[in-house]
This record gives sequence, structure tokens and C-alpha cells, in this order.
Amino acid sequence: MEKTIDLIRERIRDGNARVVTAEEMPLIVDELGEEGALHEVDVVTTGTFGAMCSSGAFLNFGHADPPIKMERVWLNDVEAYGGIASVDAYIGATQKSTTREARYGGAHVMEDFVSGKAVELRALSTGTDCYPRRNITTELLLENLNQAIMVNPRNGYQRYNAAANSTDRALYTYMGMLLPNCGNITYSGSGLLNPIMNDPSFRLIGSGVPAFLCGAPGMVIGEGTQHSPAGGFGTLMVTADMKEMSPDYLRAATMTGYGVTLYVGLGIPIPVLDTETVRSTAVRDEDILVDIIDYGIPSRSRPALRKVSYAELKSGAVELHGEEVRTSSLSSYRRAREIALTLKTWVGEGKIELALPTRRIDTTRSAHPLRETVQGPRVLDIMDRKVISIGQDEEIRSAAQKLLKGETNHLPVIDESGKLVGIVTTYDISKAVVNPGKATRVRDIMKKRVITTTMEEPVDIAVRKLEKHNISALPVVDREDRVIGMLTAMNLGKLFGGRWLK
Amino acid sequence: MKLIVTFSRKAGKKPIIAQVVRETGVLINVERAQIDSSEGEALIDIPDETCSVVKERLSELGASVRVLEDVISLDENRCVDCGACISICPQEVFSFDENWKLVVNGERCVLCGRCIEICPQRALSQKGEG
Repeated sequence: MEKTIDLIRERIRDGNARVVTAEEMPLIVDELGEEGALHEVDVVTTGTFGAMCSSGAFLNFGHADPPIKMERVWLNDVEAYGGIASVDAYIGATQKSTTREARYGGAHVMEDFVSGKAVELRALSTGTDCYPRRNITTELLLENLNQAIMVNPRNGYQRYNAAANSTDRALYTYMGMLLPNCGNITYSGSGLLNPIMNDPSFRLIGSGVPAFLCGAPGMVIGEGTQHSPAGGFGTLMVTADMKEMSPDYLRAATMTGYGVTLYVGLGIPIPVLDTETVRSTAVRDEDILVDIIDYGIPSRSRPALRKVSYAELKSGAVELHGEEVRTSSLSSYRRAREIALTLKTWVGEGKIELALPTRRIDTTRSAHPLRETVQGPRVLDIMDRKVISIGQDEEIRSAAQKLLKGETNHLPVIDESGKLVGIVTTYDISKAVVNPGKATRVRDIMKKRVITTTMEEPVDIAVRKLEKHNISALPVVDREDRVIGMLTAMNLGKLFGGRWLK
Repeated sequence: MKLIVTFSRKAGKKPIIAQVVRETGVLINVERAQIDSSEGEALIDIPDETCSVVKERLSELGASVRVLEDVISLDENRCVDCGACISICPQEVFSFDENWKLVVNGERCVLCGRCIEICPQRALSQKGEG
């Protein structure tokens, strides 16, 4: 049996349609079988509510008198992109305030607008014959704008890899706080309620299909940026009128140490046309697998620690390296569920009308990394190749002599085989002199936990290490842990005025 | 029950918590302590029924004692029940109920402040400090 979209629309109009959420669907299929479920269920609603950085809105402010061509635009000190005609701008969710930094950003501007608060618009122009005005400052409410149209380039990720951190320091990421030594796991996404997960072949989700977006009836534009359905990471570009949105489903947020983002509520109703739709909407959390990615590795290709299902993630704890590790979601399952339920009402009441895609979304694409034509500086480009090191059994006094003679502040300590075992700084020696205790040898005063770098490491990563650990030098080691160079704060000076700034 | 004990160290480094343990026989669990050269603050956990005797003796020894009750405050209007706080809390103060609503079990809190720092919605604060 197959059903047509017209039949489903007719049933909705007549009040005979059965609309369920994607959470209810697996049980219905268990009970009635696929054919039975196809007969019984007409629409399955989905929902997700979580941080979606790739969001923003086009705003039209209307013309001032005398008119101004707004070239640079700020809303509550958050810069919006003004390079579109004269009184339009695009406010992006993650843009930081110039005055309040990470505590306020584009997402907050959007939430303030939707909550009915006044927002200060400030704009500058060079002035033209047709637009003579050079600056303007005014307070605006959402209702004062001609249009405020949310257009989110990448929302509704099909699923998202979970995060952990194998290093011995806490990390603050867009996946929240990651405790050291894989002390916790964070994840995002609503699993079985996720829109694309209920239609992974994009047969019913496509351009022109209705959607719930931040409380407003909206629409799917088409594939989102970075859409990568071949690997199971499809995304959607979506739109809706901000004037119809609710702060319940549009929330500014700050990920500590990362910055501003926007929590977006998104849901899509899926008409149940055939048994393939029944099967895809009966997806369970157990079926949806993601990797737990180690964010401790500062590279694009971070290693996966293991595969995990949303069912395990949602259970609150996951086994990792033989230990139970607690999980945190960053998205709200409670609100995702509310969205699916709201959509159920909307469909039943005819607030939105179901439609098939006017244009299908590509199901084969995979996103590729950035093509980089100019390589940034690496440690080997600027490191000191002259290494003065010391053995761990030498006396503190000879360490002091070496430091003086070598005009350096850091002495890597090596064992008999030449492997790095510690580091001694002028500070450590001064401390040993001021507080003469039992310490006589280098091994007594050296720091054993040494933060290192490698020749191939990009300088930006090494600099991040210096900053994070509040230190001023890193021994450069090879694969056998032998010291082959030193990277000190002084070497970084080579970056200025050199070829890396051209 | 949890108590915040503040004491001055200007008069000397007296082991007052140890002294109270010895005198009262109450097993005091020190959950957090920050002590510098001039003063110290410790968060201790004791059985409820021993509260008055421990409090009295600590006060006699010159410490000021405050009972810690439900110190973490959740702004229900800000919270979206994401759960970012759940796995980072060393005391397991936070959990979801069966409807995925966040539940705060403030009695366990030792005021480490981590959740306040990382809540994406800035919905958590220390009571009395807004």
C-alpha cells in the first residue's frame, strides 16, 4: 500500500489524520507491523533543540531621513554584516560584542529582539550623493523592523559525534567542559527525534517542506552548509520569520571558553507515504551510532575513542577504557519532545500544511576539508636548534652554570639514553638557593611533567600550550622523546616581520 | 549536613578541626578547604544529629560556622534542561527526572562553582549572590 500526500492532507482537513511523534513510532510499528503502521499513521513529527552556531537573520531596518547607506552596522555593539544594499544586515549568532566579548553576541541580539527588548542600532557610512548621511544611532524593537528573517545556513545535524578529553587538563570547548582523563562525555542531539534521522534518504525532507523553527512556522530551504549525508552527517538550511518566534525555542548561550552560540528549536513533520517511511521513522536511539572523539588532540582529524549509540549516551553513563564515564547532553531532550508535540498540534490544526520537496536534497555528497595553499609556520621554522641539556644526577650548581653560560632560562633534563625526563628553569634554581633544603641534585628540583612540542607542530598549537600552561618554553622532541630543539617565547619574535606575515 | 567553617590563623596554626574530632568523637569529613597564611575556610560534612555539638565547639575555638543549605540556585526561566551541568559536577548534584527535566539535589553541593561557570544559559548561581 502507498498513500499520497493529497490523501494525508484530506485526512488532516477532515480531522481523521493520526499524527504521532517520532518517539511513539517504534512502539506503533512493534505493535502493528509495518503495513499496519502505514495504514494507521499519517504523519510523524520530529524535534531537536540545541546549540546551532550556524544561525543568523537578515534584517531590514527601513530608510532614515536623510538616508544612509549603512556600511558598517552594530546591534548592541555586535557587528552585523552590512555589505548588502543600504539598510539590510545579516546578524550572525556567534559574532561577539565589541564591548562585552563572550558574554554577549549575535545570539543575544536575536533573543533580545524576540523577547521584545529594545536593541541599539549604530551604523556608519562614507556618504554618497544619494545617501548623504554618515552615521546613525537609534533604538529598535523587533516590530520596528520591516523584516527579520532567520536564515540558518546549517541546522539540524543528522547526528553529532560525542566528545571526551584524554589529556590531563580540563578543556573548554563548543562541546562544553571536558574533564581531564576522559572524566566525562558530552553529546548533542535528540537521537530518535532528530528530523533527518527520520528521513535519512531525504525522500520527504527537502526544499519547500514546512518546519517548526524557534516557535515559528518556517521552511526548509535545502541542504545546509557542510552537508555530508554520505557519512551520515546531513544538515539543513532553514528559514522562518523572527517576528513569530518565541524565546522558549530561541536561546542565546555562552559555552565557557568557546564563545556565544544560539540554541535553536527545529522540527519537521514527515508524511508517512509508504513502508520505507514507516521504517525510517521507526528509528530507535539504539540504531544511531556516533564516535566519541578525543578533543584532547588539537587537530582536525581527532581520533575516535569508541563508537556509542544515543541510547547509551542518554542512559547517563558510558563505558570507556573499562570505566563508567558520566555523560552530559548539551541539547535539551525535553524541549525537543515539546517541539515534536507542538508540531503534532500544528499539523492537526492545519497551522502548517504538509508538502513534498520541490527540489530533492543530494544524498551522496560529503564535505571535504579546507584546501590550504599557504602553510602556516611550524615549530621547526622558528625553534632553537642549539640545545643545552643536563643530566638528572648533576649538581644544581652545574645547572646554574649551564644556564648562565648558555644564556637561557630553561634546561631540559635527560637520562643516560638521551630521553627527556624533566626540565629545570632559572626559577627552580633560584628557589633552591633561597630555600636550601635537602636538594642537591638536578633530579631533586626538576619538574617531571614536561609539556613538549614536535618539529611538525603548527606554531599556533605550540603557542596555545605556552598560554594554557603559563610557561615560556617547550622542548621540541622527536619520536623517541629526545630533545632536538627548544621553542621559547623569544623564538616567536621571528614570526614578526618575517615571511609569515607577508 | 554541611557546614562552612571560617577561621583566622593570625593567632597561630591551631588544628581546630582535629581538636573538635578528638573532643566530640564526631567523624568530620572535610570536603573542601582553602587555607592561606592569614585565614582559612573549610567545608565539612557531619551527621545531622551532631550539628549543634560540633557547631558549639568550633565556635568556642574561635571559628565562625554557617550551615550550608541548598546553596545552588537554578533560574527556571533560563534553564532549558540541557544537562551540561550533570557530568561535570563532582558531587552528582544534577540529574534528569523521567521527563528529562533537570533536578537539583543541592544538599550534596560543595560549592566548587564549576556548574555556575559552565552553564550555557547562565541559569545557575550561588544563593545569596544572585
